[in-house]
Amino acid sequence: MGSLILDRRIAANDWTTLADDAALPAAGKVIVSLKRWRAEREALAASGLTVGVRIPNTEDVGAVAAELAGLPLIAVEIPKFGDGRAYSQARVLRERHGYRGEIRAQGDVLHDQLFHMSRCGINAFELRADQDPQDCLRAFGDYDLAYQHGADRLGTVWERRRAQRA
Amino acid sequence: MYRYDELDQRLVDERVAQFRDQTERFLAGKLSEEEFRSLRLRNGLYIQRFAPMLRIAVPYGLLSSRQLRKLGHIARTYDKGYGHVSTRTNIQFNWPRLEQVPEILAELATVQMHAIQTSGNCIRNTTTDALAGVAADELVDPRPYCELTRQWSTFHPEFNWLPRKFKIAFSASTVDRAATQVHDIGVYIRRNEAGALGYSIYVGGGLGRMPMIAQKIRDFLPELDLFSYLEAILRVYNRLGRRDNIHRARIKVLVKSLGAARFAELVEAEWAMLKDGYLKLLPEDIERVKSRFDQHPYVSEAEANDGSYQRRLEADSRFAGWVKRNTRAHRRPGYLAVFVSLKANGVAPGDVTDAQFDAIADLAERYSFGEVRNTHDQNMVLAEVRKNDVYAVWQRLSELNLATPNIGLLTDLICCPGLDFCALANAGSIGVAQDIFDRFESLDYQHDIGELKIKMSGCMNGCGHHSVGHIGILGVDKHGEEWYQVTLGGSAEHDASLGDRTGPSISRAEIGNAVQKIIEVYLEQREGEDESFLETYRRVGMAPFKERLYGGAEAEAEEEAA
Repeated sequence: MGSLILDRRIAANDWTTLADDAALPAAGKVIVSLKRWRAEREALAASGLTVGVRIPNTEDVGAVAAELAGLPLIAVEIPKFGDGRAYSQARVLRERHGYRGEIRAQGDVLHDQLFHMSRCGINAFELRADQDPQDCLRAFGDYDLAYQHGADRLGTVWERRRAQRA
Repeated sequence: MYRYDELDQRLVDERVAQFRDQTERFLAGKLSEEEFRSLRLRNGLYIQRFAPMLRIAVPYGLLSSRQLRKLGHIARTYDKGYGHVSTRTNIQFNWPRLEQVPEILAELATVQMHAIQTSGNCIRNTTTDALAGVAADELVDPRPYCELTRQWSTFHPEFNWLPRKFKIAFSASTVDRAATQVHDIGVYIRRNEAGALGYSIYVGGGLGRMPMIAQKIRDFLPELDLFSYLEAILRVYNRLGRRDNIHRARIKVLVKSLGAARFAELVEAEWAMLKDGYLKLLPEDIERVKSRFDQHPYVSEAEANDGSYQRRLEADSRFAGWVKRNTRAHRRPGYLAVFVSLKANGVAPGDVTDAQFDAIADLAERYSFGEVRNTHDQNMVLAEVRKNDVYAVWQRLSELNLATPNIGLLTDLICCPGLDFCALANAGSIGVAQDIFDRFESLDYQHDIGELKIKMSGCMNGCGHHSVGHIGILGVDKHGEEWYQVTLGGSAEHDASLGDRTGPSISRAEIGNAVQKIIEVYLEQREGEDESFLETYRRVGMAPFKERLYGGAEAEAEEEAA
């Protein structure tokens, strides 16, 4: 299993991602699918587990944001590194729905995507097993400004230009 | 020119460092072939049939003399002495070495150039009218809006991994010279009834294997809402565009399957939530970008045109013939826009040698405020020449083999690199271009034929825009042989339309003949010399062309299965 980067630091992964048919552990933190969470919501609440939910990248996050608002973690899927749907999901969750918990990328999560993912509001990265986590940390410093507003609060070119004039 | 501020420059410099790091990781075996592929593509680097091909961005086609000299230097130092103007007004080099690409990018950055997003499934170079800023039929100069769009789209974090590539064009003139309606997003800058500036937005046009004309989804968008509306369109596409089949992944397929009205509803709903946020431009944002474009010190008509131009026209019929064909009106009295024809006989359409880059740079510096534009027809334009200077420019262009008087004529054809260079191609296109050139070399004959756009692609991807050629030629592979499908009646202007197929594909040996037959039918059928090929075709339809091309043999001919 790959390493975890959380808020730009290599971190221990204390969440377990459960398959839909896997038994619930006695204690701890688990990530379950949206489908399972909906089906077993009461059992999960009664279990004493800390629960995060993984949403399919085909999901319209606008339709589930209210339902997921109180969760400590939402996982988004990167089935292939070239599939960019999760970037929009994360950005809408953060910007439109004000989600403040952890947004975690799972799947084909690679060095060269981390910078843009973090700009879209993803703050936790389950790296693919072959990725060197130490090396990956460098990716966050690839750029120190941007034309676009982002969750990483890099200053935008527009803001800087406006400030220069003021 | 748009001159970078320090922030624009810093981003390009940081990109050079990032790509250098990616290349080093690849060469050290830390990045797989497939992963590096998607990264290098985002920097315009393809691995082609024989060598890498590096595509350098030329935003809205505009180049300075300094940039041209740098391109000449790169052609000489890192390539085989030439570069190529593409149909997206970019410059391509066909022979750089992979390990030297970071160095080339570092050189480009010193003249405010880069290769960012010139390939890959992301937002590509924004294009516009090659006569922007000088055309008499223009409402406003569209280039500042293209530059704003360049900045908005550069390294956009959300839209770097789209279902497929994404192209945007702007036009602000009565005649659409930017092929606006065959883009993923086509923007017409216009004023509404109240006189306010804004945009009409078209979505879902495109060429390639499923050519489509874009559909209008918003009649008027206020000027300051450009970014939020683009973002809404891209977000809907990123979410809902197909990713299961590369041939169904362009936005045109999504627009078609949802219907333009439903697509527009989704965009409007998204936009309603974005439009009053941080994406709203301030008037000063636009003003600042405009102010970084050079203002040209035009002189008075009397100074620009002292009468010598007229005398030259009367005294030298070759000069007069070239002026008629290769220059266009300029909105300032006393000035002309001068085309540099990259369609000389014996030269692959769009190719420029290192020496020509340098010489065009000199001409631009001396006669055209140090600027040149690339056109989507794969020529260049010195757009700001005083009439006094046109004769000297012509003489120099003639020496450089850049004055073939064929702009807009049959031999000014658009052509992709084809099988000679491209790994995707099914068939050659440069050789066919040469055939056509040889057959119609007589310029008198060409002038008689008049305005005619032949566009040719070596495969379905349609880099040569064959679907919107008056005559379109598409290379196909048939049992390992090169064959060609022919279409008639395409157009990429305001009256945009897709060409109709003539019938079964035509062999390499016969394609030159086929073009000749098509021209003969046109000349026989046209009602006077003023009726263009396109007008004649629209009037008489396919039947006479089909009859001449296939006679009665069509029934027996093999219909394409693909």
